[in-house]
Amino acid sequence: MLDIKDLTAGVEGKTILNGLSLTLPKGEVHAIMGPNGSGKSTLAYTLAGRDGYEVTGGSAALDGQDLLDMEPHERAAAGLYLGLQYPVEIPGVSNVNFLRTAVNAQRRARGEEEISAGDFLRAMRKEAEAFDLTMDHMKRGVNVGFSGGEKKRNEMIQMAMIEPKVAVLDETDSGLDIDALRVVANGINRLRSTDRSILIITHYQRLLDYVEPDRIHVLKTGRIATSGGPELAAELEREGYDAISAEAA
Amino acid sequence: MSERPTKKDEAWRYADFDALKEHWPDSADRWETVDVAAGETKRELVRLLPDPDLVSDVTRLKVTVGDGGRYELFALAARSRYGRLEIEATLGDGAHFEFGGAIIGKARATNEFIVRVNHEQPNATSNQTVRAVLADKATGSFLGKVYVARGAQKTDGSQSSKAMLLDRTATANLKPELEIYADDVKCAHGATVGELDKRALFYMASRGIPPEIAERLMLQTFVAEGFAELGDDKAREALEADALGVLEALR
Repeated sequence: MLDIKDLTAGVEGKTILNGLSLTLPKGEVHAIMGPNGSGKSTLAYTLAGRDGYEVTGGSAALDGQDLLDMEPHERAAAGLYLGLQYPVEIPGVSNVNFLRTAVNAQRRARGEEEISAGDFLRAMRKEAEAFDLTMDHMKRGVNVGFSGGEKKRNEMIQMAMIEPKVAVLDETDSGLDIDALRVVANGINRLRSTDRSILIITHYQRLLDYVEPDRIHVLKTGRIATSGGPELAAELEREGYDAISAEAA
Repeated sequence: MSERPTKKDEAWRYADFDALKEHWPDSADRWETVDVAAGETKRELVRLLPDPDLVSDVTRLKVTVGDGGRYELFALAARSRYGRLEIEATLGDGAHFEFGGAIIGKARATNEFIVRVNHEQPNATSNQTVRAVLADKATGSFLGKVYVARGAQKTDGSQSSKAMLLDRTATANLKPELEIYADDVKCAHGATVGELDKRALFYMASRGIPPEIAERLMLQTFVAEGFAELGDDKAREALEADALGVLEALR
């Protein structure tokens, strides 16, 4: 589903991803863990096509489509979703309007019919409630006045409504208290499906106590240093990232 | 007839003089008067829509609001070459003056709001909100002055002006000004000039919203702030729709 090969990328001439290769098969949930500065967020932004993230080599394809050749909004329409570590506030544009515009823009890009206002609102209410937010929240400006936890839950509501093929969740667990973490984890588990792949980028093991990934990859200095099954998380928690670097060296 | 203004006249310093001279003094050197009787409310909407054949369009209003009266003016200025709306309002005891405006310009257009509110009597309030969206080499100006006379205690005047530059070649001149001779007054003002939030644009793109729609959505919201105090929903929506039409033609 998501194939990344020898990806080299950086910011302002500084190489951060250093020949990263990763295959995320359809229906699987993988986790990428790694210390600060290892390139986790750079990977997320490079995949999504953020300005300033320059690809200097390698490839990334979603369902065989070359992602790196597309504009950010085209990548989204192709099925890529990025859950942001720091969701942005957009005063004046309501969550409802924002998300309906997004869903319909994606549908148009794929040649599908737009969703009606009624169907959209019904679906949104359901998802908002599933993530412990209300329609009052949804009528406010995007993320305006939301707490850190509410912003992250809003990222999950958007993911549920957009129904991507591949979701990259960039530290969706950071800044969450234990209750919010459970809500988000349950959400990820609910959005797991045989035709959707999820890449969880995380700093800590704790999210993986609730969401069991199929594979865990450890990112060090811009490439995958080691990969393993879910048991790798506990090992990392015990030994720390340094042990991995020693092993890799 | 008065002499044609020059750059040295503070209230005209950002005007398009080439455009102005074609119409001076015929249509430009003329004040319309508006009288709002004590206790009455009057609302006016002004639309200066794009018109490639119109070189300059100057509207000047002298407004007098009686005690306890209320005057509201909402304006969209988007002339293709030069549009100017100038208001001088003098308020009675406890009167209110509300001005909400949006400037949208592209190419070499110059549009400006010149507002002077005279708080001559106590207890009057005034509020001015201006938003400007400027592309290419367009100029948008707001010169807003609040004058509070010596005896005009308990005056409450506020001004908010913000401009969004879509290109680095565009120009915004925002000049909120206070001249206060009374000591028990509240006057707030703010002015900012900025560009579209790139993080917000990326966020929208990451959700599949194409850049032109994302930009329009943000500008639409921004411009609508200029009309937020217009209480009549229908009138406000119509003005917003006109503004959206102009925004859509910007790019």
